[in-house]
Amino acid sequence: MEVKRSEKDREFVDKVEELSGESVNACIRCGTCSAGCPFVKEMDVLPERIFKRVVLGDKEGILEKNTMWICAACYTCSVRCPRDIDIASIMEAVRQIVLRDNVDKVEVEEVENLQDLPQLAVVGCFRKETG
Amino acid sequence: MAENEDEEQEMIEIFAMGKKYEVPKGLTIMTALEYAGYKFVRGCGCRGGFCGACATVFRKKDEYKLRMDLACQTAAEDGMYLVQLPFVPAVREEYDIEEVDPEEHDNVLLDYYPEIARCVSCNTCTKSCPQDLDVMDFVQAALRGDIERTADLSFDCIQCGLCTIRCPADIKHYHLAQMARRIHGKYNQEYSDELQKRLEEIEEGKYDEKMKELIEMCEEDLRERYEERDMQGEEEG
Amino acid sequence: MEDGLLYYPGCTLKTKASDYEESAKAVMEKLGRPLVEMDDWYCCGAVQSLSTDDIMHQIAPIRTLCCAQEQGETEVVTLCDMCFNVLRRANTRAKENEDDLETMNEFLDEDPDYEGNVETYHLFEILRDMKDEIEKAVKRPLDDLKIAPYYGCMLLRPSEVAIDDTEDPQIMEDMLELLGAEVIENPKRTECCGSYHTVNRSDIVEKRVEDIVGRAVEDGADAIALSCPLCQFNLDYHQRATEFEVPVFYLTELMALAFGLDIGKEIGMKKHRVEPNALLKEKGYME
Ligand code: SF4
Ligand code: SF4
Ligand code: FES
Repeated sequence: MEVKRSEKDREFVDKVEELSGESVNACIRCGTCSAGCPFVKEMDVLPERIFKRVVLGDKEGILEKNTMWICAACYTCSVRCPRDIDIASIMEAVRQIVLRDNVDKVEVEEVENLQDLPQLAVVGCFRKETG
Repeated sequence: MAENEDEEQEMIEIFAMGKKYEVPKGLTIMTALEYAGYKFVRGCGCRGGFCGACATVFRKKDEYKLRMDLACQTAAEDGMYLVQLPFVPAVREEYDIEEVDPEEHDNVLLDYYPEIARCVSCNTCTKSCPQDLDVMDFVQAALRGDIERTADLSFDCIQCGLCTIRCPADIKHYHLAQMARRIHGKYNQEYSDELQKRLEEIEEGKYDEKMKELIEMCEEDLRERYEERDMQGEEEG
Repeated sequence: MEDGLLYYPGCTLKTKASDYEESAKAVMEKLGRPLVEMDDWYCCGAVQSLSTDDIMHQIAPIRTLCCAQEQGETEVVTLCDMCFNVLRRANTRAKENEDDLETMNEFLDEDPDYEGNVETYHLFEILRDMKDEIEKAVKRPLDDLKIAPYYGCMLLRPSEVAIDDTEDPQIMEDMLELLGAEVIENPKRTECCGSYHTVNRSDIVEKRVEDIVGRAVEDGADAIALSCPLCQFNLDYHQRATEFEVPVFYLTELMALAFGLDIGKEIGMKKHRVEPNALLKEKGYME
């Protein structure tokens, strides 16, 4: 992977660390997070890879992946990480960086079976995916 | 003002859209703006605090809070910064009242106004409401499917839109609440025989003559008739 | 509150998960610790906001804890796992982080300050300490039912708020044994059901359901027991995309059944997509 760390990319790393309250450099790349994640099959890249890209400051590369949107904040990775990194919070930080530009990842008006859905699903989804 | 020359009218300063004006003390925001030379083409209706057309946003001197109220009901104060909102953009959802039976549909308000799920309970709406309604509480009631509570708590809403323009969750409170009241009226409330009778009479044309008469009246006579009108409640005690 | 427990329902318990509320209320009444709904409460937000600077999304749960404080209470019980998780995490943040609490209180300027003296509990934590009472209340042991417990995420993770061992919980197993049911060991019981993806990525949830329910069936379960209304919805509703037809009960529904309460009268079981009636009739728990 050829990634050059520009000024702006460093800003991205800092922002992720600030929003998540986690230090991305603590990762030892053991892969425990990806091994336990129940959603890896649906992800473009593994959680651990997202991590590596954050460390490298590859903002563009990360934002085009679906990984952070597939992450449902189940915290399995966070409780298992041997370095005590809260990976779920890092995913959230990346989501927030996108959403804070007033972006919605779910079409609020287009949700299909609203009459069947329990409120907590809708509330949860809108909190995680609307800006 | 010429009438009483030795007693000088006390003047205050207000800032409308950033421009300073001197206006007499004791006016409402609406009349103060008119004094300053503005003419209301929109953003004004009943002048009596009922129609909700005159939403205004202001800050007082030495106060950090952004305040909201009705221009026709709020006194202009010295040092006020203000602007009027001619309109609050909020689209009302279309629905067929026959198809929204809350018995069959326990999420009906959420279904039509899914954005209520974004409420963060910040209470900004309640703080904005010139009618002092518990706006946040009716949004919360709507979210948990309690149509009756939504309808009751919003009963005095005059649809000024101030809550709606302030909400960080982009909720359209007054349309939501109106839908709740309509559903409540149709499905939960007692049916009124008298209303039905009156509707039939209207359909049959019983009041056509009277309506025509009213339409043709001049303003002065109309005012007189209005002042002298009987309220049904008063009449029957 | 003498014997009663101050109860925070959350939005879903009032509509889609009314079966849970009904059965929990009936069961707790029987056990002598009735649930008393709070005078005022607000939607908790369902998912905890994980960004350090996002105080706004902590306001809702704190507002509810404030309501409990104003009612003069120091304990609040939830039935919903998501509410539980959010309330406990927000509360922990408020208690451990003075600056955050101060910001929240400044924001809640029209309301009294939250002092951080309320504790939040999930119903299971209360039930865990009532083993004798539960045992005594059982009138109709569930010894013909093979039940796979399912915990999902929100009771167990993150560890700071977990009500049991994050990897090997036993609360439900113990409870089911008290009810006389045969407990099916379920290795998938702490795996996520797909959560809010049910709104816009139901294909993901369907795969999770296939996996979780499939394993329970393979191991011989007649039914699944749980407590989260979102897990219940996902495991129940999305079975329609699978070959399975396994009833998914709230644990309190099974307790009500074991306590001999009248199904259809005292407790609902009205909102299940996979109807539990056939199973209950077959096993003789229903006429
Ligand atoms: S509820 Fe909203 S629209 Fe209705 S009167 Fe209050 S602020 Fe105006
Ligand atoms: S302003 Fe909007 S987000 Fe805030 S309490 Fe009112 S409805 Fe909820
Ligand atoms: S003009 Fe109607 S409320 Fe002010």
